[in-house]
Amino acid sequence: MTRFNQCMKALKRLAAAVCAAACVVTLAACGTDDEAGKVRIGIKFDQPGLGFKKAGTYVGFDVDVARYVARKLGYSDDQIVFKEAPSKQREAMLQNGDVDMIFASYSITEERQKAVSFAGPYFVAGQDLMVRKDDHDINSVNDLNGKRLCSVTGSTSAQVVKERFASEVQLMEQPGYAECATALFSGIVDAVTTDDIILAGLAANARGRLRLIGKPFTQEYYGVGIKKGNTALARRVDAAIIDMEKDGSWQRAINDNTRGVTYKPNMKYNPPKADLGKTGEKA
Amino acid sequence: MDNNQTETSVLFDEPGPRGKRNIRIANWIGGIVVVALAVLILMRLHNPPDGENQLDWQLWLPALDFEAWTDFYLPGLWMTIKAAAVAVVGSMIFGLLFGIGRLLPSNILKGVSSVIVEFCRAVPVLMFMIFFWRFFAFAGVKGASYWAVVLALILYNGSVVAELVRSGVGNLPGGQREASLALGLTRTQSLMKIEVPQALYAMLPAAVTQLVVVLKDTALGSIIMYTDLLQESRRLGSMYFNILQTLVVAGVIYFIVCWMLSELAEWLPSRMQTRTAAPAEAEPMAPIAIMDASNVNQIAVAKELGEDHYGGAPRRYHVRHRGSNATARGWRKDRYMQGYDPNHPDILPDQHHIELPEFPELPHPKSSKTKKDDKGDKDKQ
Amino acid sequence: MSEFLQLFTQYNIIGAFWVNIQLTLWSALFSLILGVLLLMMRISPISSLRGLAGAYVEFFKNMPLTIIMVFMVLGAYAQLKLTFSDKFVVNFFWLAVTGLSLYTAAFVCESLRSGMNTVPLGQAEAARALGLGFFQSATEVILPQAFRGSVAPLGNTLIALLKNSTVAAAASVATETSSLMSTMIEFHANSIVGIFLIFALGYIILIIPIGLLTTALSNKLAVRR
Repeated sequence: MTRFNQCMKALKRLAAAVCAAACVVTLAACGTDDEAGKVRIGIKFDQPGLGFKKAGTYVGFDVDVARYVARKLGYSDDQIVFKEAPSKQREAMLQNGDVDMIFASYSITEERQKAVSFAGPYFVAGQDLMVRKDDHDINSVNDLNGKRLCSVTGSTSAQVVKERFASEVQLMEQPGYAECATALFSGIVDAVTTDDIILAGLAANARGRLRLIGKPFTQEYYGVGIKKGNTALARRVDAAIIDMEKDGSWQRAINDNTRGVTYKPNMKYNPPKADLGKTGEKA
Repeated sequence: MDNNQTETSVLFDEPGPRGKRNIRIANWIGGIVVVALAVLILMRLHNPPDGENQLDWQLWLPALDFEAWTDFYLPGLWMTIKAAAVAVVGSMIFGLLFGIGRLLPSNILKGVSSVIVEFCRAVPVLMFMIFFWRFFAFAGVKGASYWAVVLALILYNGSVVAELVRSGVGNLPGGQREASLALGLTRTQSLMKIEVPQALYAMLPAAVTQLVVVLKDTALGSIIMYTDLLQESRRLGSMYFNILQTLVVAGVIYFIVCWMLSELAEWLPSRMQTRTAAPAEAEPMAPIAIMDASNVNQIAVAKELGEDHYGGAPRRYHVRHRGSNATARGWRKDRYMQGYDPNHPDILPDQHHIELPEFPELPHPKSSKTKKDDKGDKDKQ
Repeated sequence: MSEFLQLFTQYNIIGAFWVNIQLTLWSALFSLILGVLLLMMRISPISSLRGLAGAYVEFFKNMPLTIIMVFMVLGAYAQLKLTFSDKFVVNFFWLAVTGLSLYTAAFVCESLRSGMNTVPLGQAEAARALGLGFFQSATEVILPQAFRGSVAPLGNTLIALLKNSTVAAAASVATETSSLMSTMIEFHANSIVGIFLIFALGYIILIIPIGLLTTALSNKLAVRR
């Protein structure tokens, strides 16, 4: 009988240890820090120039706009909690109340407006090409026939190029823009395509080896994602964005985050008039 | 490793002076080829056709400095370990549940457990991950990618653990179960109180080896945007365009962690052997989905053939047939088939058939069982 | 139900599985060749080759496949210019095959080594007593028996390889099953469970025959002792 008891004891001890380990790890996984009285903002963590985690803080154009807007809404910098908002999870994060606002190169589209509301736009990006500095063969999107183009998995930008401009382009899909840029560096692709501000942010870190073509061929209106129907917040965000454009902070943020690249946002559309707080619900 | 050594030493004679010289020459040639290959690759990296020098310190420094570790690698490693640890605990629970489920006397429970385990073994982990990721995201679960990684790993590795539990119980000597039945325990009680606890100790080394698999598979999480070590190293690389360098660092970290776990798995069996009557081994037989056979029993027979050389008495019966046939009932049947109990009625007809060589094609499953010198044959049934 | 039929006509699901099968078959072939080579090196009298093969196996056993696949594109292709074709689709396919073969070869070597353990020492001793050298006794006595003893673990490795072929997505192979499943889920979010079950079923259908065949072959080919 003692043998049974020993076995049972051993089993119980094992079970207890397993449970303890599970508890510790799950607690750590779901550890909630105190978020009361703070504003939670979703940004990208992995896009240099727009939203990037660096040296314990966050940098980029989206982050600068987010900080400015939050300040206008009455939050100090240490009352902002930045959360990562990957492209595919943005709608869900707003709907679940994970975040209050999203500044993450979030284009305003009709499809998305069914699920969330937008404030802004605070920037009008356009799809552009990035090439090697010494490569003079490609001067517009029409030169891409027979060339190799890199874009990010699941984005439609490469399909746009292939269908509308250069049907004989070869496409490579990579999980991130950094991989695309590395491929561009080493010469296995000839161009990278996505929104110009993202490309500018990448090129700014490329030690002067990459350049933008500078002829954007689409318009993407970057808006501030907020919970569906929160018009009051949208209006206040719009007002903050208009202030930012007026007092020069907007231009400063652009310049800071694209330093070292000859980049100018498409002047025909920029800076945009932020008015979705009034009209967004109708769109 | 030990087996390899003995194998190596008997495959060729101790080389004489000429053999030694030849081996030395071959060693030099082998070494030179390796070094030449390495130099060639380094030269290519140093001066690629177009692109920049990948050995430049300017690229390596940001991949190795203090900030890279505190901001990227260590948080990434923590996320990897967090997912792996929860997945291991979860797969232990899953594996115990369904592994025992497949051993229980109830046919319904056995069937349900079998279907679940076989399903989880057949579907690629990446498919599970993508599915759960999107599913959780639509369902509004917080941390969708984390739970997707964890759940996908639990389902696959849990099904492997379930098989380990089953073969662990199957590998116990029959006396354990017979004794507990004789003491008045029911079959289920004997399973839960006597056999499974011992099987747990026996499978622990194999479970640690499985931990290495879990840790390696967490890297798949980077495909579904889980910010594990691989994903963080990519991010760091997107800052300074040194993604190749950061990936090398991440690879080295993965290797060191996995290698230490593998070493642990090799050290554990000797400790666990004192607590179980089943053989504890580090190398789990990777189970084949659907009706697996394994060559473990063939290995065991080969080892047995070597045993008598030391002058010991030959075994009365063979090491149990392992793998997924290791149900409690099959294990008892095997014992009789191995001739452990010569008076058992199941055995007697066999001897009969051997004595009638004019009917050798008689389709009886147990024919040719009684040849005294033919030990291995019985295990292959 | 009609929605599912529509999914089948809209997406080339069979084609995606065919890509995975092709990846698996080519990688199986190359990894078997490389695996046998590694085994020969591992049991050879030349210690540098033994060390090299040991290091190779140890390296790939402890390295995530995802990293290897990413390296095939960003390292082997981008930096070392390992190029198979000017066409991207073809090129990435063969890069993925290379990555899978290198990775799987380590496991093939281990499987064969476990098969070698089914060969009793007496066989090697007898071969030596007959005067066979290392190469002869390895190729004519030990390896043939080891192959027959390692059918089951090799079958395991093949199944693992088939499942691992989905990781080719990390090497930019965009036409294989896991990539297609992502795309389908993206555009048909409502039938996510159905889509997953289609692909899961596909893998089960592929894996059952391999499992059955392995079991049958393993029993048939096992050396009776």
